Amino acid sequence: MKLGFSAEDELFRQECADWLNGQMAGEFKDIKGITKLTGSPERRKEWEQQLAAHRWSCIGWPSQWGGRDATLAQQVIFAEEYARAGVPGRINHIGIELAGPTILAFGTEEQKRQFLPGIAAGTTIFCQGFSEPNAGSDLASVRTRGRLENGEWVVNGQKIWTSLAHISDWIFVVTRTEEGSQGPKGLTFLMMPLDQPGIEVRGIRQINGDSEFNETFFTDARCPADSLIGAVGQGWGIAMGLLAFERGVSTLGQQMGFRNELDDIIAAAKANGAANDPLIRQRLAKAEIGLRLMRYGALRMLSQTDHKKIDGAALTYKIQWASWRRNLGELAMDVLGQAGEVSDHAEYEWDTLPNLFLFSRADTIYGGTNQIQRNLIAERGLGLPREPRYVPKG
Amino acid sequence: MEFAFTEEQQMIAETAQAFFRDNATSERVRRAMAADGIDRELWAAFCRELGLSGIGLPEETGGSGLGMVELAIIAEAAGAQVAALPMLGSLVQAAQAIAAGGTQEQRAALLPDLISGEAIAGYFYDGALKVEGDRLTGGAHYVTHGASASLFIVTDNRGMWVVRADDPGVTVTAQTSMDQTRPFARVTLADAQGEALADPAAALAAAHRAAFIAVAAESLGGAQACLDRTVAYSQERVQFGRPIGSFQAYKHRLADMMIEIEQARSVVYWAACAVDEQSDEADLAIHAAKSFAADTYFRCAGDMIQLHGGIGFTWEHDAHLFFKRARSLQSMLGSGNWHRERIATMILGEAA
Repeated sequence: MKLGFSAEDELFRQECADWLNGQMAGEFKDIKGITKLTGSPERRKEWEQQLAAHRWSCIGWPSQWGGRDATLAQQVIFAEEYARAGVPGRINHIGIELAGPTILAFGTEEQKRQFLPGIAAGTTIFCQGFSEPNAGSDLASVRTRGRLENGEWVVNGQKIWTSLAHISDWIFVVTRTEEGSQGPKGLTFLMMPLDQPGIEVRGIRQINGDSEFNETFFTDARCPADSLIGAVGQGWGIAMGLLAFERGVSTLGQQMGFRNELDDIIAAAKANGAANDPLIRQRLAKAEIGLRLMRYGALRMLSQTDHKKIDGAALTYKIQWASWRRNLGELAMDVLGQAGEVSDHAEYEWDTLPNLFLFSRADTIYGGTNQIQRNLIAERGLGLPREPRYVPKG
Repeated sequence: MEFAFTEEQQMIAETAQAFFRDNATSERVRRAMAADGIDRELWAAFCRELGLSGIGLPEETGGSGLGMVELAIIAEAAGAQVAALPMLGSLVQAAQAIAAGGTQEQRAALLPDLISGEAIAGYFYDGALKVEGDRLTGGAHYVTHGASASLFIVTDNRGMWVVRADDPGVTVTAQTSMDQTRPFARVTLADAQGEALADPAAALAAAHRAAFIAVAAESLGGAQACLDRTVAYSQERVQFGRPIGSFQAYKHRLADMMIEIEQARSVVYWAACAVDEQSDEADLAIHAAKSFAADTYFRCAGDMIQLHGGIGFTWEHDAHLFFKRARSLQSMLGSGNWHRERIATMILGEAA
């Protein structure tokens, strides 16, 4: 058991850091430190392409598709250095971390040729069409319908919380393609171009005034008959496989972003004297401990070689980070005091810490609420009975 | 990445878990509780037959080398059964201090008997210790297994001394202790003779590191046992026609225990590795480990009582053994607040 990385890996770390810091001091100086997912979208598309031009866009992918066949340790290192250098989050995160790996795992050779080069190059931006107004935690109850008509899928319905749909090129959509089917059966996983008359994207204004999420409406929207991953009716399995990718290496990069947030709070506490309050000091220490434990939990998760075993670190990871960050937002406001209640911007726009406070309320909801996480932990991790299904009487 | 047990470590873990599960039974722990808090037969088997007592101690004195990760593995397994052993004071604090700060002669004279279990040492701190030449006057109230010790390691955080329990200047009084598996004694020194350890700074650092890690690991083992036992109970006990473990309020509380325990597992082995690798994170990690794991243990032990209902409140059920051990671990060697204040000082960049 050990914490450290090999000397070879540390060389790789240096290489990552040098390149990223060079970019953030040079050509892409203007995007350094942006924390909002919606900030400077055009420049950030260019950044995706810059990453690709230097083969840094998807290092974990096979080299055949623009990756570097990077080891898990190298992917961890890149993610850590990426965030440490203050580089803004990937606007094509869904393409790189979810759509790409799903296509690699379940797609046909032709689909790989069709999609992977564009995703790798940062020219095909993907978003995710899973949730619906009546299919949130209960994802399997999706109602958006798909039917085959003259060699095309014709899709009708509505998706919601489609993050970044307004700047994306493609959307993957879980649709109900078997009339009368219920739950996880009869679903199909389609890939649809967003730029078409049958699709309308409307922003949802959020608690922080920003609009990262959208509603996406499908009215006779179309894609070719072969634009599906896996077989007709097998969409649930594909969607679940995709969600498993969400727990991968990218979490390490996310943590370095958290590191920056906590450092901002520590700096604010020192500057305004809150750091002299013993109770604030306790909470800062707790936040520090929680952050470190996220990193070592993730390293445990990634060091796990027996994938058949239930991995407690993986199963508890989502609720751990989400709760930690929501608490961090509250700590930020307690440190800032009333200064956190006003913005220097004329518009309803917030700097990092007040924005953290507002946005982090979403963390314990999306990707499986804390309550759903506890069900999963109890049922999968501890073997307790499953929640009963509601059966209407009569 | 190798933040997982090696095959050898996995083997040690399985051996230690089986040893404590089979031998440190509730019946035997309770027998020790009625005496001086030591299961002598278990202690002899642990030190001599199992050969696990020398972990983390140098080989030339009868130790088995290895490091803090292996020490944590043993402490975790012992903690899962609330084993009644003087391991913390004797093998972790005293032996680590002697190994790190003693001269060659002191190590050779003292360690073999501690490792074989023939001698038991107590360890204590007295900030107001009066030192005149080799004569010590002072004492402490909460010396773990002190009434069973034949020698004491005494420190005022500047010097460190070995004091024989049979020295005429030493008075030891057993205390009625809430946790009877690790009872305290009051030790008074009146002009008692002390033999100074050669390098007290090294001895102190080693004793602190090892003790924080051992206490944290013991807490992890105990917390996991509380969860495992409560899960088992929740599937047997039926109310309203269903196993109580099928109620969502119950499931969620168990899930919360697991969430804390998984983090406790990360903190214990992070700290152990950081010390073994002499990482610059080691200082922060040991304070994080002691505070986080002990708090987790107490929370899980309290939940264990609540989730067992009335039976969990009885003397007959083992829940109170965990609960009392957990409370004792929270208070000893610095409260959670004290350790977190150390961490706050570090992250705020203030001089300690």
